[in-house]
Amino acid sequence: MKIAVLLNRVRVEEKLLLQELKNRNLDFDIIDIRDMVFDLQQNGWHQYDVVIERCINHSRALYSLRILNDWGIKTINTYEVALVCGNKLETTSALIRDNVPTPGCKIAFTPESALQAIEEMGYPVVLKPAIGSWGRLLSKVNDREAAESLLEHKQILGTYNHSIFYIQEYVDKPARDIRSFVVGDETIGAIYRYSDHWITNTARGGKAENCPVTPEIDQLSLAAAKAVGGGVVAVDLLETQAGQLLVNEVNYTMEFRNSIDTTGVDIPAKVVDYVLQVARNEV
Amino acid sequence: MSKVAECPECAADVSLPDDVMESEIVICPDCGVELEVINLDPPKLDLAPEEEEDWGE
Repeated sequence: MKIAVLLNRVRVEEKLLLQELKNRNLDFDIIDIRDMVFDLQQNGWHQYDVVIERCINHSRALYSLRILNDWGIKTINTYEVALVCGNKLETTSALIRDNVPTPGCKIAFTPESALQAIEEMGYPVVLKPAIGSWGRLLSKVNDREAAESLLEHKQILGTYNHSIFYIQEYVDKPARDIRSFVVGDETIGAIYRYSDHWITNTARGGKAENCPVTPEIDQLSLAAAKAVGGGVVAVDLLETQAGQLLVNEVNYTMEFRNSIDTTGVDIPAKVVDYVLQVARNEV
Repeated sequence: MSKVAECPECAADVSLPDDVMESEIVICPDCGVELEVINLDPPKLDLAPEEEEDWGE
């Protein structure tokens, strides 16, 4: 069996995954996406039973997966999963399609219609870029003046992507959210991310604590993973004041360095187990 | 013996872990800049690429 690991930055997560592959004496190549040229008419990857995609750039990951999957190369995750998870509009639409509870969401394409949608939802609302991660460029909009200013800034200063106005219901949650980790058909663990700030990403300073995987968290996480196409994903959950769980978003190149000791789960090992199952056509 | 490379920003010596890999990110202990390991033998560092709009998980 031969495995390829496609990456462009060796984070702690990549290093842990590579070490796990080494520990199992698996035959693998590390391929830096920055050095890659894909000749679309020449499949140069047929020797690989599976490709683990770990690029830090969503765009590079997405298009590499498109090419590889069109060539019939098995990847983790697939192009479809990257497409849905990498775009919050796609994710929310998939969750709603499959009846997975998620915060209210409106989409508009002009500042005028976006303002109308915001006023209909009522303040505060959350504006997010459809494509983005690590809590970047999220805005909690508290009043009309802020909405008008923000919409103008996004329209004038951003690329066309920033004129896809993704407007999400603000969920008044306790000072934390939940991140669960799904590998295949198993919710392998979960953490609470605590922060006094409404954005709880650990990339923005959120602190991790173990979160027991309750039947509700398990069921919701698996449903969210299925809605986006399955694979190896991290599901972000919000708790309402009434105690309901909602799926906020799903991540397809999950980071887990702060979660191994916190959960007691050997996440790299679980991921590589799944990689081997995919390579052997067992899932 | 641990590898040592020069910081391209401030010329400080940066000690690299024994299991360092190419494309790994290290921090210069003197100036704090983010550096990428671009070669292992001999060890060589360059300024790490800066965060782009589509970076993340």
